[in-house]
Amino acid sequence: MSTAVDTTPQTKAPRNGAISTTLRRNWWTIGLLGVLAVLLVVTKIIQPSYGPAGIQGLAISVLPLALAAVAQTCAVIARGIDLSVGSIMALASVVSATLMDERSEGFAVVVVLGVLLLGLVLGAVNGALVVFTRVPDIVVTLAMLFVWAGCALLVLNTPGGGSAEWLGNVTRGPLVTDWIPKAAVLLIVVVAVIWIPIRRSRAGLSLYAVGSDPLAAFRSGVSVTRTKIFSYMLAGLFSALAGLSLTATTGIGTPVPGPYTLMSVAAVVLGGVSLAGGRGGVFGPVVAVVILSLLRTDMTFLNLDTNLATVAQGLILVGVVMIGSLIQLRRER
Amino acid sequence: MATTSEGTNEYLLEATDVSKRYGAVVALRSASLQVLPGEVHALMGANGAGKSTLVKILTGGVRPDEGTIEVRGTERKAHSPAEARRGGLVSVYQEPALIPDLDINSNLRLTQTPVEPFRHWVRELGLDDLDTTMMAREVPLAAQRIIDLARALAIEPDVLMLDEMTAALPANLTERVLEVVNGLHGGDRSTIFISHRMTEIASVCDRATVLREGATVGVVDVADDDSADRIVELMLGEIVEDIAERAEHPVATHRDADARPQIEVRHLGAQARLHDVSFEIYPGEVLGVVALEGQGQDELFDILAGSDRPASGEVLVDGRQVTFRHPADAIREGIVFVPADRAEALLTQRSVRENIALPFSVRIPRWGPIRTKTEKPKVDRAIERLQIDTRAQSEVRFLSGGNQQKVTIARWVAGGIETMLCFDPTRGIDIRTKHQIYPLLRELAASGAAVLFYTSELSEIQLACDRAIVIFGGEVTAEVEARDADESTLLRAAHNLRADALLPEEVVARSETGHDEPATDGGT
Repeated sequence: MSTAVDTTPQTKAPRNGAISTTLRRNWWTIGLLGVLAVLLVVTKIIQPSYGPAGIQGLAISVLPLALAAVAQTCAVIARGIDLSVGSIMALASVVSATLMDERSEGFAVVVVLGVLLLGLVLGAVNGALVVFTRVPDIVVTLAMLFVWAGCALLVLNTPGGGSAEWLGNVTRGPLVTDWIPKAAVLLIVVVAVIWIPIRRSRAGLSLYAVGSDPLAAFRSGVSVTRTKIFSYMLAGLFSALAGLSLTATTGIGTPVPGPYTLMSVAAVVLGGVSLAGGRGGVFGPVVAVVILSLLRTDMTFLNLDTNLATVAQGLILVGVVMIGSLIQLRRER
Repeated sequence: MATTSEGTNEYLLEATDVSKRYGAVVALRSASLQVLPGEVHALMGANGAGKSTLVKILTGGVRPDEGTIEVRGTERKAHSPAEARRGGLVSVYQEPALIPDLDINSNLRLTQTPVEPFRHWVRELGLDDLDTTMMAREVPLAAQRIIDLARALAIEPDVLMLDEMTAALPANLTERVLEVVNGLHGGDRSTIFISHRMTEIASVCDRATVLREGATVGVVDVADDDSADRIVELMLGEIVEDIAERAEHPVATHRDADARPQIEVRHLGAQARLHDVSFEIYPGEVLGVVALEGQGQDELFDILAGSDRPASGEVLVDGRQVTFRHPADAIREGIVFVPADRAEALLTQRSVRENIALPFSVRIPRWGPIRTKTEKPKVDRAIERLQIDTRAQSEVRFLSGGNQQKVTIARWVAGGIETMLCFDPTRGIDIRTKHQIYPLLRELAASGAAVLFYTSELSEIQLACDRAIVIFGGEVTAEVEARDADESTLLRAAHNLRADALLPEEVVARSETGHDEPATDGGT
């Protein structure tokens, strides 16, 4: 086998087709951005006072859920599902809050890095169990949901602890102008810094390959075992980030997982990631999270019963996904 | 050319006494394979002979219980296709190993394939205008296989293994593939070529290793005059005589002048591929369909089987016009479908019995629970009639490909049929099972059924059909009686050429005098 030959594909295809191809492949995400724009306009109409403060609040409430959605995306693209996202978040949140409580700002940096490492390890445990026991992903991660949630309660059984000053500062407040919340910038930077290099590497290709067709991936020389574990490690890493963001924005650790796990699955579906694996990216789910949060806000503005709002949210989710499938069917004709 | 006196080191790849058992089932007893540098080596064997197990062992998918595999004299243990690749063995499988959700460029990056050689081979294989930014799932299946092959060739492996490479390719692409494989002779690399088609083995291979019942039973020098007979003899053991009788052509139909067609298709059109197809099938005949890849045959069969609706034209069953909204409608009209891909037709995790009994619930309009008592004898009769090997009947997926295909036919035979649509039913099936399927189709016709039989293997037309229609560009361009339907006539008709016209490959061959490759003679 010759290894000296250049292995990077040099596409000599005409560039003018590239933009239209990009648009065509990402039509769902572009559609979501359109929906988001419409929703912002609607919000402004029903609540004329909606402004910088509203955007700030939105960004802060979106941050943990968006990171959880990215975590879920990493598992789903490789044809898995991680039901323990919420529990890992809770564990990361209480561990960080307990360790940072009344300690120096510098020590908090070590804590943050330690918690990220913890996320990777918890993810690796999830992945290893899935791969080596051959128990379906959904069963393993459901079991681990209880395990990690129990661990979180062992660490801290009531909300408490504290957060470093700087951690709160990087998530709260505006950047440059009142219209740009730090939380949004942080979200974009963190996701981009981790995701883009992976997406471009062979590891990222392997994630999609395994999700798309595990047998073909295996035969193409991809290690399915390693890729699966890698996908759960990524999910664990982003879940830990989501947990840290909870501590940072609230200033305390919360041992009981919120509705994050199922919301993350909803965001993944709405974000155009195929639950069958292999299709979609992290951008769609993030936009989906913003849409879901904004819908919630709008319903509050409209003085809708919160229970009714939940029902409406579910119906909208089903409706949007259904419309998406119909468009997909049409396009394939 | 195969002198073994110098010891084992002259072999590029040598597998010695490899065995593998799955629980109580012995898949391989003692298989050996010796491949010389520079040769194209055929690996042959009927279904269940252990060929696919040996392939999996060589490619690292399965670990052998005993035996050794040596590459260039050093023992190699590969535990995954990735390790086998690093060891210099690259395989092209029956189903293309392209990732459907990645574009071609990403697929190449995934296997670390150098791009320029890839492009060279793609052109060489006759796929000139390939857009590598296309998603693999958007590429037609035949082109996917070509891409898969080009990708393997570009890596320049020590050993290239082609597993049923030509099984689902249309005739024109098959020729190109065989030409390229022929060009691989010489040098210090080798090719292992697996195919059920004897003519292909004869045209490209140097030697053939034959497996039977999990053991290597012989190595044949393909250049010998009687090599084809020897290979068949080795593959089949004692049953060779049955097959010798196959040359006898089925009796031509003695159709009454006032016979009514079972199915009449008039000016059928659908989507882009199918334009204007008209023909009739009469009860008691097997009508062959010949077409190059993508001439509208897939759409035609989908419409007749009820899974798709036509854009124009009509279908008449027994003189009545029908509209199918669902395959169940077609089945109620007595039209049943046997697809090439067994997985499309079978519940692979259920038993043979359940699979055969399933269509009853559609055929018999009776309410209430399924009556196992009346069902059982029918299922038993079908199993017996098709000689299905039921040792592994707990789940159909444990059966060999040939036996699976028999189950798909059996399920319809059990209920009694009027019309059977067979879409390349013998694809990737061993010669022995094939020769059980042809008489079965004849028998069905003899009992009054009408059979529509598409095949990508042209020699099958004369073995099974009364007459054949040729579809080209979405239209029926020719009708040929079986006695005239030899391979070269059909191949010409499929290319829409006059009977005396040259095939494109022949034109190329004639214009290139001093061609350094041996001429590929597809039609015998």
